Amino acid sequence: MQLQEIVEITILPGITRDGKPEGFDRIVISPGDTLSIVGPTGSGKSAFISDIEMFAHHDTVTKRTILVNGTYPPEHFIRNPAQKPVALITQNTKCLSDLTVQEFLGMHVRSRKMDETGVINRTIILANEFTGEKITASARMTSLSGGQTRSLMIADAILISDAPIVLLDEVENAGIFKEKVISCLKNHRKSLIFVTHDPLISLLSGRRIVMKNGGVDRILEPGDEEREAIAWVTRTDETLCQMREMIRAGELIRSVSCG
Amino acid sequence: MKLLIIAGPPSAGKTTVARQIIKQYLPDTRICYLKIDVVRAFEDIELAEEFHIPTKKVYSGDVCPDHVGILVLSDAITWAEQEKADILIVESAGLCLRCSPFLTQSLGIVVVSAIAGIHTPFKMSAMLGLSDIAVVTHTDLISQAEKEVFRERICEVNNSLDIIETNAIQGTGLRYLFRAIENQEPVQDPGSITLLGAPPLGVCTICVGKREIGWQNHFGMIRSLDNPDFSFRGD
Ligand SMILES: Nc1nc2c(ncn2[C@@H]2O[C@H](COP(=O)(O)OP(=O)(O)OP(=O)(O)O)[C@@H](O)[C@H]2O)c(=O)[nH]1
Ligand SMILES: Nc1ncnc2c1ncn2[C@@H]1O[C@H](COP(=O)(O)OP(=O)(O)OP(=O)(O)O)[C@@H](O)[C@H]1O
Ligand SMILES: [Mg+2]
Ligand SMILES: [Mg+2]
Ligand SMILES: [Zn+2]
Repeated sequence: MQLQEIVEITILPGITRDGKPEGFDRIVISPGDTLSIVGPTGSGKSAFISDIEMFAHHDTVTKRTILVNGTYPPEHFIRNPAQKPVALITQNTKCLSDLTVQEFLGMHVRSRKMDETGVINRTIILANEFTGEKITASARMTSLSGGQTRSLMIADAILISDAPIVLLDEVENAGIFKEKVISCLKNHRKSLIFVTHDPLISLLSGRRIVMKNGGVDRILEPGDEEREAIAWVTRTDETLCQMREMIRAGELIRSVSCG
Repeated sequence: MKLLIIAGPPSAGKTTVARQIIKQYLPDTRICYLKIDVVRAFEDIELAEEFHIPTKKVYSGDVCPDHVGILVLSDAITWAEQEKADILIVESAGLCLRCSPFLTQSLGIVVVSAIAGIHTPFKMSAMLGLSDIAVVTHTDLISQAEKEVFRERICEVNNSLDIIETNAIQGTGLRYLFRAIENQEPVQDPGSITLLGAPPLGVCTICVGKREIGWQNHFGMIRSLDNPDFSFRGD
């Protein structure tokens, strides 16, 4: 099985924390799809994407099973990171190595035995589209802010890992341009799964999976119904972003221009 | 009875991995647990309370814990057999990275923490070289890139090692460890178990308590700063 041939991921239901079967038949995720996983703290959001990350085979607490192109994937596909079609970016994801951005990405490129030199620069350029704080090639990884690190990891997942499925666990707290990230990942035909508490990300996703008590409680596909809400949240989010930049720049905010 | 040897640097997650193994196989399997540490260990008490299994600990004091492990192991096997154990888990402190506690007729599990830094695999070649499985813990805390580089480096040290990445607290990804445990042959003949590797060369006078600095003051295997070759000075 080759990465390019990935068509879809299928999630087969498991059980809730009380041992009751989940009330869905299957969830199919195709390239370019966006899903958000929502629900209260402890409802099983992280467990849901962790199942996808490790290709659960009825062998996790949730008893879910994940199929690739309709069948259970071969072992090397799951275990060899260079073949694994999933990149997970968690809240905890940090870089511990005391390396420069350039060295860090170079190390990853070499471990994947890619010979492309241009990819390092392209990754840095892409990462800079996701964050307002400029990342330079010579900056030390350990000195990057949360938002910079997250932006770089996402760019790394897109261009170096080149994983067709990207899982993001609560990226919103990191101060990155969420819409940019979503549209960029969509343009690259990635399947995107967000665990999120953020209204904008939830509304911008094609499907919303609502978790409750360890299981999938509901699957919403709002389509056009939330158009008005999306417009409003997008404007508000822009305003907040501008304010954040102004506050960072040490300015006083005397008027608010938001509809 | 199956023998599992778990070794790795301090705080790598050895006990956390042992807990996951115990959880996986209780209550249908009888498990005994032995901890070997230098001066202080609490695992025996904690695991006995948590799982109600027979546990023991051994302090190695001034001696390398891996060496003490070898000394006590045949007694430990007898003890576990008396307890009618199906699995004996031995957790070694693994402080001395020259030695490797892995044995014949057992499953050698080396536990390495991914947050120890990407050069760690090179420093642990003795242990990585002789184990069957490397369990890389704390992968929940590092980036995808570092995870991949860490794996590459372990492969460089021992290409035939089965590498399992896990968040050991949650037990993610351990299905391949469990499969290896299930496939492991039981101990056939305890009397013929031996160390897999050759122990490090000899003993030096620092080992026996001589405290002066400078090679001029010592015997056995000695070297100077600039001459990388060890030489042997008698007596
Ligand atoms: N986040 C995270 N923490 C872990 C993981 N594995 C272990 N820990 C934590 O790391 C600490 C040390 O784990 P132990 O299992 O006690 O390590 P050990 O190797 O048995 O330590 P010693 O026996 O004292 O040498 C504990 O606080 C664990 O909860 C992991 O995969 N992820
Ligand atoms: N179906 C299930 N059966 C049993 N346990 C479960 C199930 N789903 C999740 N859990 C467990 O419940 C705990 C909380 O789940 P999880 O961490 O996924 O919640 P979360 O929604 O991500 O919470 P937060 O918003 O705080 O990040 C975890 O220990 C997880 O393993
Ligand atoms: Mg979570
Ligand atoms: Mg321990
Ligand atoms: Zn030793």
